Amino acid sequence: MTYFGKIFYGIKTLWTGMKVTGGYFFPNITRKKYVITRQYPDEPAVVFPRFKGEVVMWHNENNEHRCTGCQACEIACPNGSIEIIWKREVDPETGKKKKMLDQHIYHLSMCTMCSLCIQACPTNAIMWSTNFHNATYDRGLLTKVLNKPGSKLMAGVEE
Amino acid sequence: MLSINIFQTWLEQTHGIWYVLVLAGIAAIYLGFFAVAGLMLVYLERRVAGYFQLRLGPNRVGPWGLLQTIADALKLVSKEIFVPKMADKLLYKAGYYIVIIAALLALAVIPFARQIQALDFNVGLFFISAVSSVGVLGILIGAWGSRNKYSLIGAMRSGLQMISYELSAGFAIIAVVLMSGTLKMTGIVEAQKHTWFLFQGHLPAIIAFMIFLISGTAETNRVPFDLVEGESELGAGFHTEYSGMGFAFFFLAEFINMFIIAALGATLFLGGWLAPFGITDGLPAQWLWGIIWFLLKVFVLIFLLMWFRWTFPRIRIDQLLTLEWKYLLPIGLVNTVIMAWMVWKDWLIHLG
Repeated sequence: MTYFGKIFYGIKTLWTGMKVTGGYFFPNITRKKYVITRQYPDEPAVVFPRFKGEVVMWHNENNEHRCTGCQACEIACPNGSIEIIWKREVDPETGKKKKMLDQHIYHLSMCTMCSLCIQACPTNAIMWSTNFHNATYDRGLLTKVLNKPGSKLMAGVEE
Repeated sequence: MLSINIFQTWLEQTHGIWYVLVLAGIAAIYLGFFAVAGLMLVYLERRVAGYFQLRLGPNRVGPWGLLQTIADALKLVSKEIFVPKMADKLLYKAGYYIVIIAALLALAVIPFARQIQALDFNVGLFFISAVSSVGVLGILIGAWGSRNKYSLIGAMRSGLQMISYELSAGFAIIAVVLMSGTLKMTGIVEAQKHTWFLFQGHLPAIIAFMIFLISGTAETNRVPFDLVEGESELGAGFHTEYSGMGFAFFFLAEFINMFIIAALGATLFLGGWLAPFGITDGLPAQWLWGIIWFLLKVFVLIFLLMWFRWTFPRIRIDQLLTLEWKYLLPIGLVNTVIMAWMVWKDWLIHLG
């Protein structure tokens, strides 16, 4: 390339670059066309579906869950974020005493979102929620009971 | 304090107390302008950068985020001014004062409108190009005084860049001086009464304008010529060791230097305070219209500099020197000769 060819080529490439950035700037000042900033507290936040916010237990409309109280998640948890309190009660159908879930306690403050409990669960009772509004002023509020009060095991899970 | 007293007594005895008061008032106005313009330019830069990068920029503090930089300045005032243990205290502190004084001196000869100018003497343009290269001295001794290898490397690059690009900036200015025939700032503006110098001198004036913009960007150490700071290589370059207001002074001076380069460009090539085609000539409050037109032209140029900054990547030091010594300087030289020929033959465009 000749000396003057280089100069004109340089000017041309600079102008190409400026055209690109100008093409973003001028629509942005007039119509905010390309602005991708989401001003979160004023506008709703959009979280992608596989975001790991906290562990929740799924309940159907009759307040039934799928947790049998088998403690597989408690064993799988590497740092003891999950504690299962279970009870032995009479099953109304068979009339025999049986191990049942009393409280599924989940310490969100210790959870590292590693997903091992969810992989370990044989009945798919627990799952990830995308909720990230977890900040509190009291650490104790981060210890949650996942099964809702009065809930019971869904029929047909144990077969 | 003694030396100030002697100076004050001398001023009062020779010129009278009112002269001293007026002088102090003008100084206060310029300092106020320095601070306000600096802060507003920082705000503008961040906002423009936001829109270039598909963001919004500061928009929370005050209406449209206008008070954001003032909040930042208050934060910087409240911060500790840290001086490194092994630093040369005197040079370390002298650094930012020299940078600011150089910027303020250059500001003094900028004509904002007819009669609105602190100093209007017959070598104004020469004065501005002399003073604007003093700023690099502040950068050099501040970096030397802070005893940091990154500071020193940054400052040496700054010196190198200044020495190189002063030349082509000088040739661009000479092209204008050839047309105007004077170094006086008001004289240069008055000579553009009918046609701006950008259009008066055909292609050579446009080439001179482009060279001026490139070397002006380099002299203010802005991207793509910000090897002086070079965050990824040198920490923060010459102001690595500065904190609080020391850092803020350097930062403000950088933005005021950008304003000065844009103001110089507007005065030399775009007709300073003159309205385009004289559209506001008959109206009252001519000084106000002058300031409005001047600031408008300055902001167009500042926007152009910001556009450069948010488009081009930083260049390497050898590319920097190649651009100056192999391209800008020879072109500037030939351009000046052509301009002199044109002025001699009187081939300039004079409308009206």
